[in-house]
Amino acid sequence: MNEVTKIDGIGSSVRRTEDKKFLTGKGKYTDDINRPGQVQAYFLRSDVAHAKIKKIDIKNAQSAPGVIGVFTGDDIAADKVGGPICGWVVPCRDGSATKEPPHPLLAQGKVRFVGDAIAVVLAETAEQAKSGAELIDVDYEELSPVVDFENAGDGAQIHDEVPNNCYFDWELGDEKATADALSGAKKIVKLRVRNNRLVPNAMEPRCALAEFDNLDDSYTLHTTSQNPHLTRLVLAAFMFAIPESKLRVIAPDVGGGFGSKIYVYIEEAVCVWASKKVGRPVKWTADRTQAFLTDCHGRDHVNDVQLGLDENNKIVGLRVDTVCNLGAYLSAFSVVVPTYLHGTLLSGQYDIPAIYTNVKGMATNTVNVDAYRGAGRPEATYLLERTMETAAREVGMDPAEFRRINFIPKDAFPYQTQVALQYDIGDYEPHLDKAMEMIDYSNFEKRRAEAAKRGMYRGIGISSYIEACGLAPSAVVGALGGRVGLWESASVRVNPTGTISVFTGSHSHGQGHATTFAQIVADKLGIPMENVEVVHGDTDKTPFGMGSYGSRSLASGGSAISKAVDKIINKSKKIAAHLLEASEDDIDFKDGKFVVGGTDKEKAFGEIALAAYVPHNYPLETLEPGLEENAFYDPTNFVYPSGTHIAEVEVDPATGVVQVVDWAACDDFGNLVNPMIVEGQVHGGIAQGIGQALLEDAHYDENGQLLTASYMDYCMPRADDLPSFKVGYTTTPSTVNDLGVKGCGEAGAIASPPALINAVIDALSPLGVTDMSMPATPQKVWKAIQDSQSVAAE
Amino acid sequence: MGEISLKLNGKLETRDVADNTLLVDFIREHVGLTGTHVGCDTSQCGACVIHLDGVSVKACTILAKQAEGADITTIEGLADGDELHPMQEAFHENHGLQCGFCTPGMVMSAVEMVTKNKDISEDEIREGLEGNICRCTGYHNIVQSVKAGAAKMGGKN
Repeated sequence: MNEVTKIDGIGSSVRRTEDKKFLTGKGKYTDDINRPGQVQAYFLRSDVAHAKIKKIDIKNAQSAPGVIGVFTGDDIAADKVGGPICGWVVPCRDGSATKEPPHPLLAQGKVRFVGDAIAVVLAETAEQAKSGAELIDVDYEELSPVVDFENAGDGAQIHDEVPNNCYFDWELGDEKATADALSGAKKIVKLRVRNNRLVPNAMEPRCALAEFDNLDDSYTLHTTSQNPHLTRLVLAAFMFAIPESKLRVIAPDVGGGFGSKIYVYIEEAVCVWASKKVGRPVKWTADRTQAFLTDCHGRDHVNDVQLGLDENNKIVGLRVDTVCNLGAYLSAFSVVVPTYLHGTLLSGQYDIPAIYTNVKGMATNTVNVDAYRGAGRPEATYLLERTMETAAREVGMDPAEFRRINFIPKDAFPYQTQVALQYDIGDYEPHLDKAMEMIDYSNFEKRRAEAAKRGMYRGIGISSYIEACGLAPSAVVGALGGRVGLWESASVRVNPTGTISVFTGSHSHGQGHATTFAQIVADKLGIPMENVEVVHGDTDKTPFGMGSYGSRSLASGGSAISKAVDKIINKSKKIAAHLLEASEDDIDFKDGKFVVGGTDKEKAFGEIALAAYVPHNYPLETLEPGLEENAFYDPTNFVYPSGTHIAEVEVDPATGVVQVVDWAACDDFGNLVNPMIVEGQVHGGIAQGIGQALLEDAHYDENGQLLTASYMDYCMPRADDLPSFKVGYTTTPSTVNDLGVKGCGEAGAIASPPALINAVIDALSPLGVTDMSMPATPQKVWKAIQDSQSVAAE
Repeated sequence: MGEISLKLNGKLETRDVADNTLLVDFIREHVGLTGTHVGCDTSQCGACVIHLDGVSVKACTILAKQAEGADITTIEGLADGDELHPMQEAFHENHGLQCGFCTPGMVMSAVEMVTKNKDISEDEIREGLEGNICRCTGYHNIVQSVKAGAAKMGGKN
């Protein structure tokens, strides 16, 4: 590598090029954009969880000050606009299909959760729209709400199309082989765990600004999306039945997503529809309460686990029976999250000869549940790593050693799991060893004893996780019920002076693509990074692409860019051969120069670019002018990041407060493009996992009212709830893509909850505490301590 | 309705606004400076923090009318032309931001904290940021940024 690439190529912690606009208040988020003549939308939402709508009276609202229009589900239905669709379905055990009830944009005859939209009011100002909505009179016939998802089958039927409120009942693995393995096991460890319900809480609330141009019958939608092309496809093809070319979707700066901004929400579609209806741009911005009520939530599982061990404490079989809550309607990826993104991960890092899982997806009168950072993989990791820790305790082994003897050995890759996935490569002991070293595992008992002197209970907890990301091989996706391909696209345009514009189908909402992607291009072409511009987020500018989620941007989007650059280099070699009067086979590309091997004849990359656009001396008879290439990259397998996180906590028995005192994360993400950005992703993921384990819980009461609908009630992690983190790496480059990269966005959120809960249980183990549910709030921990003491006193 | 005049980033701004207009709406909607963000409706998230007469204030929590005649600095007014404020520079150097949405409030809170306490400790930083929520960074790099910013602003820690 030449000096330039050493500074800012692959592997360098280059400072982010996108920072300055955000640091100076010049970012452009959707709510920062306004259009002349725009009206504001406000959605009247159901305040009951389950009811028939007998009558909606909009008369008074229509004549309210500033109100331009009031519309209900009947108006949408009259224009035959469809609702959001489910992007992935699975077959049921009985051979039937996933039940897919309709999801009207505005309620049609029934409301199914608190927050379900009933009407939209458009007015000159947001305040007038809200005041107008208050004048709408809705007459409900209340029905019995279904909130407890474990018993939802016995509740009132929410959709005619979904008998027993069960969307699907799915299985994976060999049930008989697993039953045989468990019946022959020397010991069976049983555990029931709950994965608590979370609200993603990207700091930027959702927002949409739609406008209609009646000169060419086209729409433009600015929206808070992680995947503007998917939004365009769903809106145009499935909801409005208009050509994609008549809808431009722009996702400008987006203030975090974490999965919650993948899907097309009803508000976006209603704004698009209404912009034509009233002939003015329509803007809607969620306030935080609406975000809590209507953004898709995450997790919400109960898992019954049985793990069988032989006489050597080796795992012989695993059975997991899961019931999960999918809410009132089937959101886009709600079905795949608890099935193929969850059941397929149940082998973890372990050599498990027999696995079977059954998952039931239930409908309830709560908002939809879909992907949230990790999406299925945190749930799999949580149940498995809690069970591993419990098993180690029950057989009296050190939890680290118990994991070690059950790891898939290094020489067993590629490793075919019993739950469909084939891990291409991995090496698990090194990250366990390194994490133990980072946290000084061997001296932990001294620290526990020292803490005890201060009256504190200190504990340590391990989590060794694996995830499948870099979604995804399209053929596999299709075979498993996915309705989309999951390749990624890139277009690399070399400008006449040799600068580069990269157009990517990925979308950055905090991940730093403008920097990371530019590093890849700069490194491969041997040019300065500042000569590379990355364009994303606008369907009029970028090639059709699948967007960012599932830790796929680098593995899939970065690989597409890398492939497009390879094509640029290949074409450039042809041009160089012509200019240098040499054979193409003799041209080497190195350090940004095309050199005739063994000579000093060379052309710089910029000279090739100029020749391509000013083709006066150019092989026009065999080669087109210009230098711009597209690539669509479809991976051949998932990529499999893995790692070990170890948490150390202190519990104050007087208050039940759990303090995270140390954290070691050692991850194998394959090759790193920008270690600084990777580390930031790990930090953020761990914080969300600690949030899940200690603080966060979305709670509906028995009437289906969301009790945690503000930051007063839903406890987000604050700076003083968290420690600083020790982050380290091991490296087995992925064999799936040329860059050797895996994915790092979700790992922290996947790894951390079981590490933390295992540490809390370890801290309280001297008291006989063996279980703790998430979130381990002070009240819950304090009660566990009190209960253990009263047991001891009896 | 009523006329409100205040100094915003050194410039006198006068607008005729409804009496119940929040300061943050005055800044965003009426003056058009959109760097100050709104992330919640309960004064918890801190994305809207500005400086009012040198004190950090959540602009969603006071009426524009209460700021009549005040001297207000928003994130747009922090840098000196093209030269970033040392705290902005520190956030850049230490990867103290990801999606950028909470960043204006974080930086404004950090500047005030450090102005009051140049030798600020890590615990004091974490406690001081209690009113600013970030969902991306896990705060680790924000804390590092504030420490580095404090050093650039003359602190000894």
